[in-house]
Amino acid sequence: MARADAHAPQQSPDPARGGIRIRGLAVDYQTPQGVLRAVDGVDLDVAPGAFVAILGPSGCGKSTILRVLAGLQRPAAGDAAIGGAAVVGPRRDIGVVFQDPTLLPWKTVFQNVCLPGRIMGLPRAGYEARARELLALVGLGDFAGYYPGQLSGGMRQRVGIARGLLHDPAVLLMDEPFGALDAMTREQMNMEILRIWAATGKTVVFITHSISEAALLSDRIVVLSPRPGRVIEIIENALARPRTMDMMATPEFGRMTGHLRGLFNVAGALE
Amino acid sequence: MSAATPAGRRRWIGATGIASLAIALAFLAAWEFAVGAFAVPSYIVPAPSRILAAFQRGIERQIYWPHLQATIEAMVVGYAIGTSLGIVLGALIAEFRTVERIVYPYIVSLQSLPKIALAPLFVMWFGYGLTSKVVTVALICFFPLVVNTITGLLSAQRDRLDMVRTMTATRWQLFWHVKLPSAAGHIFAGLQVAVVLSLIGALVAEFVGADRGLGNLIQISQGNMDTPGVFAVLVILAVIGMAATGAVRFVHRRVVFWESHRAGPHASDLS
Ligand SMILES: Nc1ncnc2c1ncn2[C@@H]1O[C@H](COP(=O)(O)OP(=O)(O)O)[C@@H](O)[C@H]1O
Ligand SMILES: [Mg+2]
Repeated sequence: MARADAHAPQQSPDPARGGIRIRGLAVDYQTPQGVLRAVDGVDLDVAPGAFVAILGPSGCGKSTILRVLAGLQRPAAGDAAIGGAAVVGPRRDIGVVFQDPTLLPWKTVFQNVCLPGRIMGLPRAGYEARARELLALVGLGDFAGYYPGQLSGGMRQRVGIARGLLHDPAVLLMDEPFGALDAMTREQMNMEILRIWAATGKTVVFITHSISEAALLSDRIVVLSPRPGRVIEIIENALARPRTMDMMATPEFGRMTGHLRGLFNVAGALE
Repeated sequence: MSAATPAGRRRWIGATGIASLAIALAFLAAWEFAVGAFAVPSYIVPAPSRILAAFQRGIERQIYWPHLQATIEAMVVGYAIGTSLGIVLGALIAEFRTVERIVYPYIVSLQSLPKIALAPLFVMWFGYGLTSKVVTVALICFFPLVVNTITGLLSAQRDRLDMVRTMTATRWQLFWHVKLPSAAGHIFAGLQVAVVLSLIGALVAEFVGADRGLGNLIQISQGNMDTPGVFAVLVILAVIGMAATGAVRFVHRRVVFWESHRAGPHASDLS
């Protein structure tokens, strides 16, 4: 019991923790039509604690990059490192949130959030206490005993986020986490993820195909072009923090999204 | 949301239940009348009232109990052995490439063999007691479970597997937390099919040769031209079949609660 709060939310003090470095990344998929190069020559650096958006139209390799970072997909060339260590498989300093929250319907909300702790063999009292805190953080403190089938899409995605944070990873990888939500829930979740990011100090890699979502949330925007996925531009986002929904009406925001839209028009891939 | 249906649903089932009962009663009444009106001899088709009388006589003479006991014992023991072995082998085939390569071709070719045809062999090998019946029942229950367990384990969603993989899950953890629950619905569908098959297996084994059992009783009654007696046993068999199927369905709904809709067997199970 003495170690009960060993996994309480905490800032990551170590600057080496959570930095991401990708060099010359290429990923191939075997298809019936032959080898498909989904991603080619991608370089990317993310500072610890930064919020980076990867933006591009559907099919340009965003999920593929995330799968490499999550240790689910082996690159054909190049490499990725997190916190200075090459990614060779799933690891404990990463939390992942997919577009579909992929909760297990046979487990309660609480059991779902606790799953990473169970899988990793962390001390039970510690991760259970942290799961309760995280459920409170995402506004689902009263739903611990519910099953995923009893929740709305937005609530399920919040559970997914709480689960991604359970083991206090230095990096949170999010693949279009709000893509399946209605516009209003999505705006609400955008503000919520910024709040959680500010409260936990994680490095966040946030994949999206929404120009305004990328502009609203991130410090930097990595713009990809399709077939094969390549980085066509990296944009520093100068919008002040904390961000609010009102900022979407500012000229600054309009200039940035206009520029991004222009990039996709040039690349021949409209959103 | 799932709490809203039961009351209304139960009332609806009540109404249809009364309708089915009315149809059954009408059918019995028509049967009774037709047998009398066309003077059908009782040794061809006895009237329901004659069957009831035969049943009462059987109960008074206490002839049913030892036979009932023998049949149910063969069913339960054979079912338990056959389905357990089927689930274990199905899991080994689904999980291990080598096992699949070695064993699966035999499973596929044996599956088309009418297993029931082996019952005479088992009687020759194991005699007229419990063993030959148990072996027949176990063999006939085995295949649907092998096939459904494989199908079920392979049906685990890739996204769910990937998500739990990112938590650094071991192979066993993936099996326990994702694959087995994903397979549960299929396994229970197999268990439901096997219940019916186990009764058939026990009965056929008793026809072929056994010292006791409801199959024997049917043959004894047949030998005495006691058609009402045969029908009385058929009624008992129907009740056993319904009770056993109902019990498995009850457990199915309880265990696989997250798939409470569509619990029926799959078309491929009808071997
Ligand atoms: N498992 C796979 N097998 C074959 N091709 C794939 C696979 N996954 C993705 N692809 C292809 O790779 C490309 C990039 O896919 P993805 O990374 O999912 O893009 P995004 O997430 O940007 O929509 C697409 O053309 C897609 O069809
Ligand atoms: Mg994608």
